[in-house]
Amino acid sequence: MSQTTGNPILGFVHRRRRGAELFLLVLALAVGIGAYAAVGVGVEGAVPTDLIGYGGWLAALVVGAHIVVRLVAPYADPVLLPVVAALNGLGLAVIHRLDLTEDTGFAAQQLVWMTIGVALFVGTLVLLRDHRILTRFTYTSGLAAIVLLLMPMLPLIGNEVRGARIWVRLGPVGMQPGEVAKVLLVIAFAGYLVLHRDALALAGRRLLFVDLPRGRDLGPILGMWLISLGILVFQRDLGSSLLFFGLFLFMLYVATERAGWLVVGGGLFLGGALVAWQLFSHVQTRVNVWLNPFDYYGPGTNDSAFQPVEATFGMAWGGLLGRGFGGGDPGRVPFAESDFIMAAIGEELGLTGMMAVLVLYGLIVERGLRAALISRDGFGKLLATGLASVFALQVFVVIGGVTGLIPLTGLTTPFLSYGGSSLVANWVIIALLLRVSDLARRPVPELTTADDDAGDQDTQVIRVAR
Amino acid sequence: MSELTLLLIRIAYLAVLWIFVLSAISVIRSDMFGARVPETARTPEPRGREPKAKAPSKRRGSPTHVLVTEGANAGERADLAAAPVLIGRGSDAAIRLDDDYVSTRHARIAASGDQWFVEDLGSTNGTYIGTVRITQPTTITLGTQVRIGKTILELRK
Repeated sequence: MSQTTGNPILGFVHRRRRGAELFLLVLALAVGIGAYAAVGVGVEGAVPTDLIGYGGWLAALVVGAHIVVRLVAPYADPVLLPVVAALNGLGLAVIHRLDLTEDTGFAAQQLVWMTIGVALFVGTLVLLRDHRILTRFTYTSGLAAIVLLLMPMLPLIGNEVRGARIWVRLGPVGMQPGEVAKVLLVIAFAGYLVLHRDALALAGRRLLFVDLPRGRDLGPILGMWLISLGILVFQRDLGSSLLFFGLFLFMLYVATERAGWLVVGGGLFLGGALVAWQLFSHVQTRVNVWLNPFDYYGPGTNDSAFQPVEATFGMAWGGLLGRGFGGGDPGRVPFAESDFIMAAIGEELGLTGMMAVLVLYGLIVERGLRAALISRDGFGKLLATGLASVFALQVFVVIGGVTGLIPLTGLTTPFLSYGGSSLVANWVIIALLLRVSDLARRPVPELTTADDDAGDQDTQVIRVAR
Repeated sequence: MSELTLLLIRIAYLAVLWIFVLSAISVIRSDMFGARVPETARTPEPRGREPKAKAPSKRRGSPTHVLVTEGANAGERADLAAAPVLIGRGSDAAIRLDDDYVSTRHARIAASGDQWFVEDLGSTNGTYIGTVRITQPTTITLGTQVRIGKTILELRK
């Protein structure tokens, strides 16, 4: 992790670009509200009557977030917030479209969750004026993440939904603690690695062109491997297990610049996956469905490939330009509003729409890595890298699964899928990324002129830009 | 609703989606083609080494070198004319410190206008002025003690 920041002393100052952000936000609202109107026209034959109320609420949320960014993070990245607003608006419209065919009320709930998400986004930006404060909570957040990951295993509040034990039910409110845990884990890893990266990087011996780390430094990576295997075994959640282990591996690689970690970790992952495939029937089912979906589809079989095969049919029917909102039949895919929302988008907006969504995800990851590159402190670099790679991994795992590139695993599509925990956690991730990029792009404060007699060194003023 | 209207709506929506994507990309095109550096910052000298290092030394009582006053490398010094001065354990550092608490590229001393300041380069154990760990470039004057690991450095005339 070399410090290749442009010399801040040279006088280059990032522009604030808040005007550009506002312009993009207006376009993002057009994407979100336009989708809602198109759904109304396509499904019901008329522009929805509550378009003004719905659009007004969406606009109020987004503009409120923009004003807060203007006030407390004036140098933050101008692209992240609009991209997220567009994805969230599009997701709401697609969920609403599925509601209309299936007679459910997920979109209204999702709008409530989005409001909570934006509130937490604002709260994070206002309360956390400097991300380096989070280094104090390295081990606390690591412990909290492990507790959260264990919560679904507890007898009373743990809850098994569709074979995966990843839910916690507290009275009427259910949540997936894993979504919150991933943010805490990034904070914990970043804090741990920024302290130990020298030991991890410099000690060790070279074996067959690969720098292997010392045995005792392998402790954390083995621990993380065991935790993700535990998630795989006890919670039967392939996606989260892959997400957490991959995240740790990426951050280790970025922190130490040693490709050896990728070899070691990749080997561990492959070994673990092979053993899991041998031992567990649900893993075998997933792999078989992925390899030969049509053997598990239709009458005479147990129909375990019904969901991915219907999704593939839908996307094929959508073609290049899609069926248009209301023109397809995405309700055929079970859980189209959560895990398979990309299939619904592929069916009704076609490859063109799906590519746009993928590019938007790519932009979020790129902006995160950009913030990491220009960040001036190691912790900020690792934090932004970790958050960006969580995003990249999650999008890869879920969209790869829906489109049949890799075996299907249950994860939510960030900002699009129906699901409160995931939406709220992702809004907090964006707030953290904006905070890192704000501090990274903010110019170095002008320093007070020190007097020549240097008599007042003890009371030197360090001016902090706010 | 006629088939043609629906087709137009479909294409118009995809157009809106892509207009948004392309505008977002155009906002960040400076990432690809490089950012504009303001004229004032560029004209003096692109690298800013010689003039910036010499400008302060014209004044009476300005520091000329950095001296290690305490620690394993006490007595080692680096000339400020070659600013910015890199301090760390790595071989490319102007002041190489044999101190276990020092990172490979630990801190940097550089000039801006008349002032010298020290900037932590994301080190593990931090750079301290007095007892305060610095989080951003901080002015130092003659005799200000900058602590890095077990080492203390000072600007000297």
